[in-house]
Amino acid sequence: MSTSEIDRQWTTRLRKRVEGKLPPEKMLPDTQPTYVASWIYVFGVATLSSLIVVIGTGCILALRGPYWWHGSAYGHFVNSLHLWSVELFFFTMVVHLWGKFFMAAWRGGRSLTWMTGCVTFFASIGAGFTGYVSQTNFDSQWISTQAKDGINSGGVGAYFNPLNLGQMLMWHIVLLPLAAVVLTGLHVLMVRVKGVVPPFDKDAEVGE
Amino acid sequence: MSTKAFRPDVDAPKYKGGYSPYDILKEGTIAICVVLALTLVLAILFGSPDEHAITIKTWSNAAPIDFATTAASELDGSSVTGSYGAPYNTASSGQQMGPLQIEKWVGVRIPINTVNDFVVDPLKSLPNEPTLDQNLATWSAASAATRSAWLKNFTNAEPKMTFSAGNLVTTASAAGPVPVMIESLTKMAQSGALDQALVTGSGFYTTDFTKPLLFISDGAYLSDLASKQHLTGDQWGMMNETGSYPGQAWLWLYSFWYQIPPFNTSANADILILGIMAVLSLGLLFLPFIPGLRSVPRKTKVYRLIWREHYQNTEKV
Repeated sequence: MSTSEIDRQWTTRLRKRVEGKLPPEKMLPDTQPTYVASWIYVFGVATLSSLIVVIGTGCILALRGPYWWHGSAYGHFVNSLHLWSVELFFFTMVVHLWGKFFMAAWRGGRSLTWMTGCVTFFASIGAGFTGYVSQTNFDSQWISTQAKDGINSGGVGAYFNPLNLGQMLMWHIVLLPLAAVVLTGLHVLMVRVKGVVPPFDKDAEVGE
Repeated sequence: MSTKAFRPDVDAPKYKGGYSPYDILKEGTIAICVVLALTLVLAILFGSPDEHAITIKTWSNAAPIDFATTAASELDGSSVTGSYGAPYNTASSGQQMGPLQIEKWVGVRIPINTVNDFVVDPLKSLPNEPTLDQNLATWSAASAATRSAWLKNFTNAEPKMTFSAGNLVTTASAAGPVPVMIESLTKMAQSGALDQALVTGSGFYTTDFTKPLLFISDGAYLSDLASKQHLTGDQWGMMNETGSYPGQAWLWLYSFWYQIPPFNTSANADILILGIMAVLSLGLLFLPFIPGLRSVPRKTKVYRLIWREHYQNTEKV
């Protein structure tokens, strides 16, 4: 097999592309620009950490099924951990989002990073909602029967029925977490490829 | 050779400053530990709410009159579900936003016939009820006009309706089989059999609670309980949860529109608010491409707080 034939392979081309875009020193950096010395940057990593705790506690709840936590003190405690990790996740994500907005973090070819972050936010709202309607308690009864009107008004309720526990649970534990994790992964990779957006410079004449 | 002009809200300046040590793995590990510790503290201090789900059995025993009047409204199609429209039935054209009637265009995808699904079919499943069977046969044989007249007579007498020793007491005359049907359905509900009949109607294995939830939400019992728990639409609705918990606080903007005119009185509030939120969400998503909006961060100068140290150092130099 000739060298040019190897170079044309999909695998070789992909590897070279990844090596070019994301060398090890970018993927796992050991230095950072000095302007990244601000408390606001904590909220990005805190969001990611909260997501890990949300998924971990959700996995423990999944082990025993959707009704377990109603009749077990341990199950109820795990549910409390899940709830509060979700609250922390949204809190840190919203602060992260506002921080990135005020930094205009889309500058310098980072608009896709901004957009994957937004879509992750939307997917997370869906994951939170499906979690609330899958609790199999009074809250889920009330929230699902109220939310159906908004969802039905847009014609979506015919395919995404908040009154169908089985469907909501599947969205909550499979589809939306998968979307959130994949999108978060892409978002983080984009941050690593492009780096953190530099501060505004009123004298700048040349871009990155 | 011409160079492209620098656009401050689109382009990022080339960074010429210094770098400092950064241990990404250490930072990540510390962050996970801190979040885990915070989660543990919050869970230990505050726990989580778990108000038991209500059943048709609890509803019909606690509020038999409400249950019976709701059942009658399912029979005459005047209940919320009976008159809903798509995706459940064709009783109404649903909500619309200008010329958009998306609900109607999508059509009936989760068919619900409140007469048969909520009343007649569950009653037919009761064994050894000769009187009821006879009344059900009378109901089936009657014309729509006759059924309507029976129901009108029954509902007119509802304000004086009572239950005595589990039996329905009504002053309604010429109501045909309706009093027997409603009494039998109430007794069935009070025994818990209606809960089962509504979920097992579509097979042995089921996780779909659409029918019992629609039936329960047609009555006043559920919303009365929700009102006591500050959960109704004018109390910031579904973003709240029972007890003093933050709930889905991230839905505040969605809930906000329901609190103000014209949405708090509009029959099309749901579709209008959905439309507003769709536009706002798209605006957020495509913000980097919207002139004017994407300049807000630069013009408000909040970034000077975020990068305070950086500007202090560079301006000193």
